Amino acid sequence: MTTYTKVAPPEGFSSPGLFATAFDKVIGLARSNSIWPLPFATSCCGIEFMATVASHYDLGRFGAERLSYSPRQADLLMVMGTIAKKMAPIVEQVYEQMAEPRWVIAVGACAASGGIFDTYSVLQGIDRIVPVDVYVPGCPPRPEQILDGFMKIQELVKNESLRKRYSPEYKAMLERFGMTTIKGS
Amino acid sequence: MEKVFVQQDFFPVVLQLGVALAFVVAVMIVTHTIGGKRRRIRTIRKEDNFECGIEIQGNARFPFSVKYFLIAILFVLFDVEVIFFYPWAINFKSFTADRFTMFAEMMLFIGIFLVGFYYILKKGALDWNTPPKSPEKGN
Repeated sequence: MTTYTKVAPPEGFSSPGLFATAFDKVIGLARSNSIWPLPFATSCCGIEFMATVASHYDLGRFGAERLSYSPRQADLLMVMGTIAKKMAPIVEQVYEQMAEPRWVIAVGACAASGGIFDTYSVLQGIDRIVPVDVYVPGCPPRPEQILDGFMKIQELVKNESLRKRYSPEYKAMLERFGMTTIKGS
Repeated sequence: MEKVFVQQDFFPVVLQLGVALAFVVAVMIVTHTIGGKRRRIRTIRKEDNFECGIEIQGNARFPFSVKYFLIAILFVLFDVEVIFFYPWAINFKSFTADRFTMFAEMMLFIGIFLVGFYYILKKGALDWNTPPKSPEKGN
């Protein structure tokens, strides 16, 4: 028989037939265990990612069975590989078209800092164009490291306030990355 | 025995319509009130039609030569014609009774299409390079 562990319930008041907790925590719990990643794989880290989603490492165990190839339905943008300056606007647009709440993970040295490609044509880290939540070091990182980064994202998702994405700070942050919100939104 | 309907008999129907309408209106009011003031965050590029990361170039609604459409439609027409040959050809051996009639019927079918094909050729639909004849001169 297969053994499995249930996700621990959030802090709260419980009595027989009743469980009371904060709405944020319930939503966070649900979100963190059903993240739909959008893989943006441009080079060797993408190959490691393929191993991560395959049966041996199985990213699906973390609720990310369904990879989304449309930014509209994705929660997590996984940038894996060298991002050339010509590719930068594409990453930017894909990020911008994701629905809130959204997170970004930079996998590998190239996505995090440009890596060994310290040249005129390579973007020196994707945090110059999109806000990054978690960086995974390595050239390329092993699937275990990618999973570790993914779990860090899960931690962030679990503890995020529902009001965060509506705060003026968040809008100001988008503004800093050149994403102007339409008035009235 | 003839059934007689009075106006009161239709009351349940009216009631049903009323309930359906009231439900729709009520749900709309409730969702708008409990939905709150917060809206989704919108930016200009987020509202784009396409999501592949490449910026949109121009407009999809521009005129292009009708010849492409004509060729495509004619292709579909004659392609479907070929589909009808398959069951006929496969079952041809089993037409033991009147094979000649079956053959003649298919020839008639092809013949009708060939007349159409001749019409298309004369009309100049397959002439890719020559401009279409103007209607004033009369074809």
